[in-house]
Amino acid sequence: MIDSFIPLIYLAAAISFILALMWLSAVATARRGVIIGVAGMALAVCGTLLKPEIVSYRWIAIAFVAGTAIGVPMAMMPMTAVPQRTALSHAFGALAAGLVGTAEYYLRTPNLDRFTMGALSLEVLLGFLTFTASLMAFGKLQEILPTRPITYRHQNVLNLALIGLAVAAGAYLTARPEATRLFPVFGAMALVFGVLLIVPIGGADMPTVISLLNSYAGLSAAAMGFVLNNKLLIIAGALDGSSGFILSVIMCRAMNRSFTNVLFGAFGQVQAGAAATPSLRTVRSATPDEAAGILQAASLVIVVPGYGMAVAQAQHKVREMYDVLTKAGIEVKFAIHPVAGRMPGHMNVLLAEADIPYDKLMEMDDVNSEFPQADVALVIGANDVTNPAARHDRGSPIYGMPILDVDKARTVMVIKRSMNPGFAGIDNELYFMDRTLMVFGDAKGVVGDIVKELAVGR
Amino acid sequence: MSTDLELGLYIFVLATFLGFQVIRRVSPLLHTPLMSLTNAISAIAVVGSILVAGEQKTTLSTVLGTLAVTCSMINIVGGYLITYRMLRMFRKSGKDKS
Repeated sequence: MIDSFIPLIYLAAAISFILALMWLSAVATARRGVIIGVAGMALAVCGTLLKPEIVSYRWIAIAFVAGTAIGVPMAMMPMTAVPQRTALSHAFGALAAGLVGTAEYYLRTPNLDRFTMGALSLEVLLGFLTFTASLMAFGKLQEILPTRPITYRHQNVLNLALIGLAVAAGAYLTARPEATRLFPVFGAMALVFGVLLIVPIGGADMPTVISLLNSYAGLSAAAMGFVLNNKLLIIAGALDGSSGFILSVIMCRAMNRSFTNVLFGAFGQVQAGAAATPSLRTVRSATPDEAAGILQAASLVIVVPGYGMAVAQAQHKVREMYDVLTKAGIEVKFAIHPVAGRMPGHMNVLLAEADIPYDKLMEMDDVNSEFPQADVALVIGANDVTNPAARHDRGSPIYGMPILDVDKARTVMVIKRSMNPGFAGIDNELYFMDRTLMVFGDAKGVVGDIVKELAVGR
Repeated sequence: MSTDLELGLYIFVLATFLGFQVIRRVSPLLHTPLMSLTNAISAIAVVGSILVAGEQKTTLSTVLGTLAVTCSMINIVGGYLITYRMLRMFRKSGKDKS
């Protein structure tokens, strides 16, 4: 009786997910979005538990407890660890899809029609390759694995050959689902390809890659929907797939690179050429108390945070500086480049965690017109996204990338550990301008010293 | 082509277009919570996982299903919780954290 209502329960769940994403578009309604998302998921789970096919709840209950026991600590990770956490959860999501696909294959062969088998192949391929790729991304973000891109000869040829073979195996299985010996080989190829896909990708390309993996995890869930003929899975998977895709397109645009370039063109080759010309130019450096003096005289300060701020965990010190300057009547804004950090929106979450109001966080297109009026542009741990060479130097590997126009501010201050170049491996000509002052040191320490000086000076 | 497949493809295409329209309007400010929320939503794979684990047709399928339910549950609980935690941090100037 009750199972005739299950399709309606699923429909309500699908509506909830769509509303959840719609309400997430603005801060004011976003929390409501999460709550309706939870409601949708609860409906989907309850609806499924009511299905008559389920003969025992024992293992399901055990899995619920185990999943909750792991999921809660994963939600309590500090905000600096959010990129790693996201990569890890992509891995779990994709693994679930891959495992269900595998189980369905062995349950249903040889009674699989071609179409179902095609969807199943896609589900397993995407599920398993996203699983290992996300684990690799996690390893790189957590710095268990080297973050530099690792390249070797014929890398792209090898990768393309492997994915080609895997697709061919999937196609063969679609035509002849009874080829049960091929199935484990097919799964293994997907797992290995996932690893090889991430090997040549460096830290700064992570925002694009993590978005792409988000998309794949969603698409494998949608493929599962085709296998099980479940519309809710198709809708939720398609929403997730399109979201990840849009984010990766935004990230690619923000770096003026194409998908193929991110996935197959590791920055490694470029580095070799650029590093050959060591700079002999001089830079002007300043101490934290000199920096504090300049900040005190300003009326508009634009802070440009980057991955270096996240690494140094300097966001709370930055908030203290924001407070002192704001109290002194100085306007402070934050300029956020779309690819600053290691995942989309990384800097916003860190600064929000440090209690900086979100209306002070400005997007690149809005803030660029304000740099000419700014007395000080304070760059904390950002590099390539501020390099003016992207605007005019055709030979530069980052030429054409949209940047923050930091160089147009009256004074530019850069807090940096050393003169080491950034991810792209090129000198930043911003550092050699007459108006630029370099403040060398750890971001957290330097900002802390500036705060002390500002407090004394008042 | 079966009706199921045809219907499924229509739903997939329409949902993808809807996804593009909805996601495009999300402010870059909220891109990280967006990703953790879609991550939680893609844990909808829990539906298939529960069926495989609960049908108990073979030992292999029960083991794989149980693992899959665990993975999905991690993402459901973890994904929604962290999204909510993040969103609670965002506040406008002049207002206290609620």
